Amino acid sequence: MKISLKISLLLIILIVAILLAITKGSVDIPLAELLLKENWQVLYLRILRILVAIIAGSGLAVSGIALQAILRNPLAEPYLLGTSSGAGLGAVIAIILGISSIYLPLAAFLGAILSIILVYQLAKQGSRIPVQSLILSGVIVSIALSGIMVFLISVSPNEALHGIMWWLWGSLQFYDPKLLLLVGMVVALGTFAIFIFSQDLNAISIGDEEAIHLGINTETIKKILFFITSLITAGIVSICGVIGFVGLIIPHLTRLIVGPNHKTLIPASCVCAAAFMVICDIFSRTLFTPLEIPIGIITAFLGAPVFIILLKIKQAVK
Amino acid sequence: MDLLKVDNLCGGYGKETVIRDVSFKIEEGGFLGIIGPNGSGKSTLLRLMSRVLIPQTGKIILEDTDIARMHLKDFCKKVAFVPQDTMINFSFNVWEIALLGRIPHLRRMQWEGRRDFSIAQNSLSLTDTLHLKDKPIDEVSAGERQRVIIAKALTQEPILMLLDEPTSHLDIGHQIQVLNLLKRLNRQNNLTIVVVLHDLNLASEYCQRIILLNAGKIFKEGEPQEVLTYQNIETVYKTVVVVNKNPISFKPYVVLVSGER
Repeated sequence: MKISLKISLLLIILIVAILLAITKGSVDIPLAELLLKENWQVLYLRILRILVAIIAGSGLAVSGIALQAILRNPLAEPYLLGTSSGAGLGAVIAIILGISSIYLPLAAFLGAILSIILVYQLAKQGSRIPVQSLILSGVIVSIALSGIMVFLISVSPNEALHGIMWWLWGSLQFYDPKLLLLVGMVVALGTFAIFIFSQDLNAISIGDEEAIHLGINTETIKKILFFITSLITAGIVSICGVIGFVGLIIPHLTRLIVGPNHKTLIPASCVCAAAFMVICDIFSRTLFTPLEIPIGIITAFLGAPVFIILLKIKQAVK
Repeated sequence: MDLLKVDNLCGGYGKETVIRDVSFKIEEGGFLGIIGPNGSGKSTLLRLMSRVLIPQTGKIILEDTDIARMHLKDFCKKVAFVPQDTMINFSFNVWEIALLGRIPHLRRMQWEGRRDFSIAQNSLSLTDTLHLKDKPIDEVSAGERQRVIIAKALTQEPILMLLDEPTSHLDIGHQIQVLNLLKRLNRQNNLTIVVVLHDLNLASEYCQRIILLNAGKIFKEGEPQEVLTYQNIETVYKTVVVVNKNPISFKPYVVLVSGER
């Protein structure tokens, strides 16, 4: 099958998913009725939510792709560099200090950025950032910060902290259009910037020195891409919490569909991740209405089997 | 005409110096082998020549230009590198790997055009790997993979190709195949070749000139029969050997002598 056809198919899946997501919810409303004036409020909220899903999904997937290529590690994912635990800790501290919930995203964002800087500083050797030490310091900082976070939650009597659960498993419930616009811009620009480097990513994925031999300034490109992916993930984590699995599995899933060439992989995985997140969100809202299941749980439940099935099909073809 | 001139080169990793005051020249269309014991600085020398490492002192001049002053992409349009082994995590197919060689010639976001495709196709056919075009690189044999990597290097349209022990993971059949390919490219396409080799007999058979490195310095440079004498080899490798002549090519042939009898 041609790649353009595959991407069109993914786009169709995304559109169908969006239409479903607009009509399904705690109450099912047919599309025609949604357009009536009395239902505009519902329509607005649902569209906002779909936007959050698309922004979070594509941002995480493209960051995952970039990190898997630069770190040359198939297990790399956007939270590897400590973003998730840093953001979580930032939010918990803000809640304990009684800071107004409007500033929670800011606290989370700062936590994420600080933890990335810490990881980066620990990994740095002179002007180089060796891949192995970056992965190691990412894991260590994540464990340490999560430890502090869980400790704070367990000793704090603060009722508000129960709300932190959503942070740890992610939520698309976010109703601040201005902040969403801001994060959306960061994700869109960041994703496009990573796409501009797709040729470099192709070269770097066969090796750091091999990329130098193709005229690519590997160390500089790596630093630029770390910075961009950190900004994208910190932005997403500050409004949606930690949505696991998407940044790890969508890159692999899309690679199975369109191949590893980043020029096609990056746009295709944006579409793929957006569709996947919108579908996951439908399940999260409708499985146990009126209860909402954290989106991170759905992505894990749905993502793992889909990935395994595709992997098996691919192996069978070989 | 000299294509490349290495001038009083010193270099290594961080503050440590591995290559000490090395000078030599390669003429256009030459086929130079670099040999030496483990740790003698063969790979370090090649890394300095391919700009992975920056010289501590000294210069490398390519066609009258100091390579340190060249734009990295311009340098890579002229000099290509083939490593010992290439680990590729994602299953790019052979065609995509060959096309990577066009990167130095393309601007960022510039897609490959018809000319790039025909160059990549030509390199694959030169290395007898065109039939593997659609195969994932992780599904071809080690010998085929090395030929594809050479095709990628050729796609850069280099005038100089540097190779770091390109045959050390291959069986003798594939070793000969790869070196015959290099010989053919050297003769037919006038490609200048610098190759680090572990196997003294392969170096003797294929190289016009050989540099024998010892402890980061040039111990001896010259034609195979000048360099591969039992005195030189015994001093540098600290091993007893007998040097004969290959009955067919009349090149020196090194025979090992085991200590136990």
